[in-house]
Amino acid sequence: MKILVCISHVPDTTSKINFTDGDTKFDTNGVQFVINPNDEFGLTRAMWFKEKQSAHVTVVNVGGPETEPTLRKALAIGADAAIRVNTPATDGFSVAKQLAQVVTDGNYDLVIAGRESIDYNGGMVPGMIAGLTNANFVNNCINLEIEGTSVTAVREIDGGKETVSTTLPLVIGGQKGIVEESDLRIPNMRGIMMARQKPLTVTEPVAANAETNSVKFEKPAPKGAVKLVSPDNLDELINLLHNEAKVI
Amino acid sequence: MSVLVYTESEQGKLKKTAFEVASYAKAVAEQLGTTVTAITINADDTSPLSNYGVDKVLTVTSSELSTFNAKGFAEVLHQAAEKEESKVVVLSSSANSKYLAPLLAVYLNAGYASNVIAAPSSTSPFTVKRSAFTNKAFEEISINTDVKIIGVSNNAFGLIENSGAASEETFSPSITDLGIKVESVDKASDKVSIADAEIVVSGGRGLKGPENWGMIEELAEVLGAATACSKPVSDLGWRPHAEHVGQTGKPVASNLYIAIGISGAIQHLAGINASKVKVVINTDPEAPFFKAADYGVVGDAFQVVPELIEKLKSFKAQQ
Ligand SMILES: Cc1cc2nc3c(=O)[nH]c(=O)nc-3n(C[C@H](O)[C@H](O)[C@H](O)COP(=O)(O)OP(=O)(O)OC[C@H]3O[C@@H](n4cnc5c(N)ncnc54)[C@H](O)[C@@H]3O)c2cc1C
Repeated sequence: MKILVCISHVPDTTSKINFTDGDTKFDTNGVQFVINPNDEFGLTRAMWFKEKQSAHVTVVNVGGPETEPTLRKALAIGADAAIRVNTPATDGFSVAKQLAQVVTDGNYDLVIAGRESIDYNGGMVPGMIAGLTNANFVNNCINLEIEGTSVTAVREIDGGKETVSTTLPLVIGGQKGIVEESDLRIPNMRGIMMARQKPLTVTEPVAANAETNSVKFEKPAPKGAVKLVSPDNLDELINLLHNEAKVI
Repeated sequence: MSVLVYTESEQGKLKKTAFEVASYAKAVAEQLGTTVTAITINADDTSPLSNYGVDKVLTVTSSELSTFNAKGFAEVLHQAAEKEESKVVVLSSSANSKYLAPLLAVYLNAGYASNVIAAPSSTSPFTVKRSAFTNKAFEEISINTDVKIIGVSNNAFGLIENSGAASEETFSPSITDLGIKVESVDKASDKVSIADAEIVVSGGRGLKGPENWGMIEELAEVLGAATACSKPVSDLGWRPHAEHVGQTGKPVASNLYIAIGISGAIQHLAGINASKVKVVINTDPEAPFFKAADYGVVGDAFQVVPELIEKLKSFKAQQ
């Protein structure tokens, strides 16, 4: 089985979010970049398929050279090969078109992407890859088993979960649950050394127009001070929630 | 040219988000000087849609689509959008709508904006505001394609009544290969989901152990709320993963979010910040959550919560 894991290069969850160029660009100054958490859960599941079912795992990112340390980290975790499509990731649709080309060229059976990236939260790349390559698609995937070309997957739905059966080729939008937090791997020295020897191929993009353009960013208005209520006066809390906030 | 809106139902009954997306579609239609066509799949009674500005309802009844199938549902919307020559398609942010939206974008060759929080600020270029960086920022984006798909954030636009008369038309799209078969659904029918809840009661590590969740559930029950938890609580196995909210868990955009024994780490706050009113109950007055909350009680959850439950019960009894 050939697996492609899509790796989004995103600001660490503790990052302060700021913008430059008249609020038109994300300010990367002082920001630590990591593998998108949803992708990391998927990558870890791919490692399981590699170890238990001899799958071959390639990781891919659409982005500039600055994303290579993130791809190297994925190699250090255990992926076999990496591809970087050399073009800035603008909108979700054009990223999906680049990735669909990689999927077609490499004939992958399974594409694992994250349900959404924690920066732009578009939540569209996995589904678009599936649509563009005519593969089956399971979003919010929290469990994935594959035997031959038969797939059993569990998808989180609003208020519960659903078990589905399908076949390869398949694209999934993964998240926590596909593996547990405790299954995540921190690369060890040997992994980091080996990652240096593994192939990281840079490919040139296919033509794809941006379907959406980011115009401007804005930060939420600063919050007013909290109203404190004494624990001995909870009637006041109920009163405030009922008469002032009007939420109960 | 009608604005097409997918109004979701569950077990035949229209969901509340259906009325919110219909309200949004009406606002867009007014800006564009056109009408609103809603599409329902296996909904029993579509008449309430006429109260929210819908002019026409396309009703699809299909046994093949009795369980959700992203490809099948996207195909229905694709054919409906072509039939109505719609340039704008409006969807909700439910798990199902977010699942089908990117497929529909491919079928319609449409630019798709998700997590949209307001009506378009301009229709030429077509520009909308969406939340990004897990609510740490907003992004204005313009959609350049001829057909546009808007995913409206839950609870961001609200319900706007707009009474009229909606005509109903049966629509029979052709559905071919579905690709995926639902084997079983595991869903508590008596509990409100975090996505649909008006109120969410959430517990953190300050509650010490899973055995102490009785009071959280009771408080949720009194308020008709969904229950949620912080990430360590689900990682420790005290509560199911489905309850984990935050940047790496579920987003919450309820009217009221009550955080009990949760410190308010940046990753937690990011995921729940879209909630309108936030209440924190925490023993530590320095807990970062107090900076993000509207109302706070500095106190021990084990005393405050049981007392709050009793007081709310008598408050509810008086209502
Ligand atoms: C990559 C990454 C992603 C993450 N994503 C998320 C996420 O999506 N969601 C999330 O929640 N976290 C996330 N986290 C974890 C986050 O950083 C915090 O560790 C977590 O939110 C803390 O959970 P907590 O508030 O329940 O526990 P703690 O930080 O331990 O806080 C417990 C609180 O309970 C209070 N308390 C103690 N006893 C009582 C009492 N008797 N009554 C009232 N209050 C009491 C304490 O004062 C304290 O403030 C993420 C972390 C990382 C690194």
